[in-house]
Amino acid sequence: MVSKGKDKVLVVIQLTGGNDFMNTIIPYTSEHYFDARKKVVINAEETLPINDTLAFNPNMGPMKSLFDDGRVGIVQGIGYPNSVRSHFRAMDIMHTCEPDIVGTEGWLGLAIREMDPNQENVLTGINIGRGLPRALSVSGVPVTSIGDIDGYGVMNDQDKAHLRDRAVQSFKNIYSQAIGSGPVSEYIGKTGIDILKGADLLADVSSAYTSSVEYADNPIAKSLKDVARIHLSDLGTRVFYANHGGYDHHANEMVAHPGLLTDLSGAIADFMDDLEEHDAADEVAVMVFTEFGRRMRDNGSGTDHGSGGGAFIIGKNVQGGFYSEYPSLEPADWELGEDLKHTIDFRGVYATMLEQWLGVEAKPIVKGTFEQISPFRK
Amino acid sequence: MKSDRAEVAHLFRRAGFGATAKELDLLTETMRYEDIVDRLVDVDESPDIDQAYLDRYYAGEGFQIYVATWIYRMLNSNRPLQEKMALFLHHIFPVAWSKGQHAYTLFSEIDTFRKIAVTDFRNILLELSRDPAMLYWLDNNENHKGEINENYGRELLELFSMGVGNYTEDDIKNASRAFTGWTFSQPIPVYPQGHFHSKFEFHPEDHDNDQKVFLGYKGDFNGEDIIDIIVKQDATARFVTRHLCNFFVEDEPQVPAWNIEKPRDPELVDQLSKIFLETEGDMKSVLRALFNSDGFKKSIDRPKVKSPTELVMGVLRQVGSFTDIKPGLEGYYGTVAVMGQELLNPPTVEGWHTGHEWIDSGTLSERINFASQEFQDTDKPGVQDILQRAGSLDDDPDKLVDQCLDILGGVQVSSDTHSELTEYALSLKKQNGKEGGSADISDLIQMIVSTVDYQYA
Repeated sequence: MVSKGKDKVLVVIQLTGGNDFMNTIIPYTSEHYFDARKKVVINAEETLPINDTLAFNPNMGPMKSLFDDGRVGIVQGIGYPNSVRSHFRAMDIMHTCEPDIVGTEGWLGLAIREMDPNQENVLTGINIGRGLPRALSVSGVPVTSIGDIDGYGVMNDQDKAHLRDRAVQSFKNIYSQAIGSGPVSEYIGKTGIDILKGADLLADVSSAYTSSVEYADNPIAKSLKDVARIHLSDLGTRVFYANHGGYDHHANEMVAHPGLLTDLSGAIADFMDDLEEHDAADEVAVMVFTEFGRRMRDNGSGTDHGSGGGAFIIGKNVQGGFYSEYPSLEPADWELGEDLKHTIDFRGVYATMLEQWLGVEAKPIVKGTFEQISPFRK
Repeated sequence: MKSDRAEVAHLFRRAGFGATAKELDLLTETMRYEDIVDRLVDVDESPDIDQAYLDRYYAGEGFQIYVATWIYRMLNSNRPLQEKMALFLHHIFPVAWSKGQHAYTLFSEIDTFRKIAVTDFRNILLELSRDPAMLYWLDNNENHKGEINENYGRELLELFSMGVGNYTEDDIKNASRAFTGWTFSQPIPVYPQGHFHSKFEFHPEDHDNDQKVFLGYKGDFNGEDIIDIIVKQDATARFVTRHLCNFFVEDEPQVPAWNIEKPRDPELVDQLSKIFLETEGDMKSVLRALFNSDGFKKSIDRPKVKSPTELVMGVLRQVGSFTDIKPGLEGYYGTVAVMGQELLNPPTVEGWHTGHEWIDSGTLSERINFASQEFQDTDKPGVQDILQRAGSLDDDPDKLVDQCLDILGGVQVSSDTHSELTEYALSLKKQNGKEGGSADISDLIQMIVSTVDYQYA
């Protein structure tokens, strides 16, 4: 096992469905907000004010505390020109930095390739979940997707425990022999061996970890706990990816959105406490993003797809505060007459994380040069 | 034996979703290979599944419910090639829920695909061009006289029929003009009466009647005329038959490389293209020739990675848990999705990238763990049948492995894998005498379905 690596680590949390940024960081003193939002609106007195104009959603107490400790950067008005309203296409653009063509290479997959060019560690990039998000997917770059740490790998569901070692041995032989027997078999063989390598590395994770932090019982808390368990096992992972779904609130937003924000901010705060307890907070930064913001006006029950979302950058080494500008709420400034207009390109935020945090050249990954922010302490 | 067991098994893995040992017994004892091909291709001569019967059990408008009925058909249809061809059309004409988000229209599209898949290519393109899901997906409802939207016209030529390099930008514009006025009736809102089909509509007042020039032909073409011209093109014959080869014979490179790289089996594409042109795109003739060709028979040991749908359906047919309607089938929508193929929601207008691109560490572990778990439950009727046929761990391990591979639908493995499986069978036999736990043939089966070779169709 390597000594406690101080390589910088990035944890990306994807809010799937298009988070309503305006009800997350609320312009609680703006008449335009209350004009536009009739039903899907948070009363000013319930919000958690940050300054004279902006406030956290009332369900984000733990994030507010982190912000007050100077550990949360709020990136306002993220987007790109001609923002797309299709979930799939928008997420695709956010994953590949290719708004004009259908890209196939994920930005984090490319970053992983830079950080581990000889594919020495199959755990350099880890997705918590099943399947592989396009952000992590680049042909030939091994990234490990972990649905369940304790059952990760193959042959683990073998109901006869006494056969497991022998079964893994045969599996290993079969997959090793495939290497050198034609390009496709070789590729499948290598992928199978990568799974075993990952499973070997992860085998001790469950026993090694102890913590006084008690995470809540919800999907994002479980995912971040898994990130902590793996990170604290020093397996050399540089990029973690976790998904938090359910943000597509066309209807009943006032019922569902608060619960998601409660889970999210609680999980992030617990995760930060956990890292702190293990003296591992210095090397970790979290970035929370979503594929788009939502419409200025609500539809009576929820909000439809819009633009101008927001992101959060969180960590002990983050210089807390606001970055970029809150999109103008003046109706005359609304994009397409109904959306928040973005004030910073998402590719500039990615470039910030790549160059200032992970130390990877951003230009070939985000396909261009975009204005960066300076969210890290010097 | 009237036909070769390995050949028939191969045919059913490719033209259907695999055959069980029992099915192979019957087929090889009673029918010649060519007759089996005829029965597959002449889909109308086998009885169809009663859709009303399915609808009684799988009612509702959810995605998973619809896909459950589709899976039921893939597992149990007497017309396996028809279901396979519906999936083929979903691969090459990939309309996704992500844009229209109107699920019912997508369900109707797959039903249409099933009806048209084994007809002729003119009919296929015509129905495709009139399909509401497709019209919306590629914006043909925004394609107006004097204000053309080229999206459908372009993809019709580039992705659905001819492939890049065989037409000009002007051809795209003229084809698009010919499809002006081809639109659909707005589906009325679901409440309170429930869903109504969205239907194709032709709006003559929005159709451009002026002269067009398309691939050298001149006339006041409508969309149908454009399709007539497309179907006669050598490029179309080559493009479509190459797609069929990619789907049934051997993995080709991804479509954008086709105008640069030669087909894997150029002779087979030549042979099938000729038939395509002679028969004006009659799919039965082309498919019959394909499955009877030497190229197809030889492809038994060439790499063709199973799509997630093929893998899951193949396993479910073997374990026999859904030979009649019962709850639980809807969950397999998600099983296929986590392996990288979300049915009714392909990633782009290009469809899924196939071949080895189905495989990464996430999807491979899903494939292996799914397959081995399905065979773990020895109560399933198919697994019981397999165990009865397989013999005993005390048999000669080498023969036992052969026997198991055959029972699983004629699985082909490399000689290295065969030796390793034999070693494993031997170790299971030894384990059986020991204290602390037994072993049985289902353990060997689980290893077989976890191999590299099992990933191939």
